Amino acid sequence: MENFPLVLVLSSIIKIVIIVHLLIIGVMIMIWAERRVSGWMQDRLGPNRVGPQGLLQPIADGLKFMFKEDIIPDHVDKPLYVLAPAMLLVPALIVVAVVPFGSSITLFGNEIPLQIADVNIGILYILAITSLGVYGVVLGAWASNNKYSLLGGLRSSAQMISYELTLGLAIIGVLMLTNTVGDNSALSLRVIAESQGSHLWHWNFLIHFPAFLAFTTAMFAETNRLPFDLAEAEQELVAGYHTEYSSMKFAMFFMAEYMNMIVGSAVVVTLFLGGWHFFGLENVGGPVWSGLISFGIFFVKTAIFLFVFIWVRWTLPRFRYDQLMNLGWKFLLPVALSSIVVTGTLWITTDGNRLWIGIGNMVSAFIVVSIVAGLLVMNKAPEPAIPDSDRQITPSALDAIE
Amino acid sequence: MNPEQILFILFGAVSLIGAIAVISFRHPIYSALSLIVTFFAQAGLFVLLGAHFVAAVQIIVYAGAIMVLFLFVIMLLNLGTLSAKGAISGKLKGFAVILGILLAIEGVYIAVKAINDPAVASAETATESVNTTTYTIGELLFNEYLLPFEVTSLILLAALIGVIVLVKRESQAENEVQ
Repeated sequence: MENFPLVLVLSSIIKIVIIVHLLIIGVMIMIWAERRVSGWMQDRLGPNRVGPQGLLQPIADGLKFMFKEDIIPDHVDKPLYVLAPAMLLVPALIVVAVVPFGSSITLFGNEIPLQIADVNIGILYILAITSLGVYGVVLGAWASNNKYSLLGGLRSSAQMISYELTLGLAIIGVLMLTNTVGDNSALSLRVIAESQGSHLWHWNFLIHFPAFLAFTTAMFAETNRLPFDLAEAEQELVAGYHTEYSSMKFAMFFMAEYMNMIVGSAVVVTLFLGGWHFFGLENVGGPVWSGLISFGIFFVKTAIFLFVFIWVRWTLPRFRYDQLMNLGWKFLLPVALSSIVVTGTLWITTDGNRLWIGIGNMVSAFIVVSIVAGLLVMNKAPEPAIPDSDRQITPSALDAIE
Repeated sequence: MNPEQILFILFGAVSLIGAIAVISFRHPIYSALSLIVTFFAQAGLFVLLGAHFVAAVQIIVYAGAIMVLFLFVIMLLNLGTLSAKGAISGKLKGFAVILGILLAIEGVYIAVKAINDPAVASAETATESVNTTTYTIGELLFNEYLLPFEVTSLILLAALIGVIVLVKRESQAENEVQ
């Protein structure tokens, strides 16, 4: 701490500037991609007038947002109403600090890791900061002083608390195996990415496939995206927690959602999909080029995962509230827990054989899911507030699995 | 002054201001938010001590989970602004004064002890002795402090089961009434 090395400070500033701008440009591209891809999936065109292929559409949207009148309704709690969008956007921005987006570049004899901060508790940092995003939603909802907003906020907080557990537990299996490499700082995202190696069959998503699915699902829930967007369900709640927001404040909520998606994809890529590795391609070229190529690989992987985000949104309908809670507490949580137990047990009994751990994880997840589904079918979930005339369509356990 | 001292003063000040704000705001939501600010400042203090893991846990558990539940309850009950007078009754006031005096005595005692004890007073030894990476904490928890750790988890489990039993009994009673 005494003498600040100039290279470190300069390179950090440059990295921060580049990454933040990449995030914001990424948000714009994602908004365009979402509209184009949804158009493609629904056999229509989507925005294609502004610029080539409609690529300048997000800029037009942004200008429109900025020139709209910024209305603050009279009945709101003003300080919190103004603060809430920022409280959602800031966590989305600062999470990216610990994500390693490439190996390293050697410039003028200095090795510069392609990561803003290699914190030795990286993964805990991500869990901590993402859990703060809920405040923006909840406070915005409450400050709006509107029933629909408040309902949206309450739904969102319940959902986020439920799925955060899965998010945290699903990672533990990955951490256990990462630690066997002999490094004490297995919580650092860089170490996790490095320990997966270049080949597909060493990446964590095969060894911890159930945990990977649970983590990804929980990630979708944390970003409030479509199968889980009960917080803003248009048909029920107008627009949920951002009903009362207009102009740039609404745009901030909107940007935060997309930023969360981008960061979430980057985290999934780092934890489960091998980070910047791709069959040795990341080592091609000199010390500068290999760094840039690794960054490109990471970028492409994240982009592919983002496409999955859009794909899911335009494929799956929204969950009902009890289905959401069933999925979170009765399926994802036991699967994540079983993956911890099985990974730990097999790691000791088979001396860390990853093939056996992978098979064991699959089998145990299958068993857990069938037991839970069987129990749900046997004692059908009690359904409140449904009149007798509608009783024929009881939400059976099959609904819950969907 | 080195950067660490500046940061320490900053975090300490923020945590004090937050703590005062908790009790001076009349609106429960603002109080809860001030408490979150205090938790953040304390997490910053933990980072300065080199206890990154504790800092992260502080934010995950307190700021990320417990305070969200607090807000949840406050919003559900829709508590309005508390009036300045009716909030504290005469008996409570006396109790508060006694507790306040006790706390002040404690604070002075610790401060005096810290000044006289060179090991506590110097910041460097503190940083070394609290060198708590996640690895060290895990090793200590599962070796030296295994029994207290397990006992704590049992207590938590008992609390969990207790809550479930209470809620179940209530909903059963409701069903019988219906």
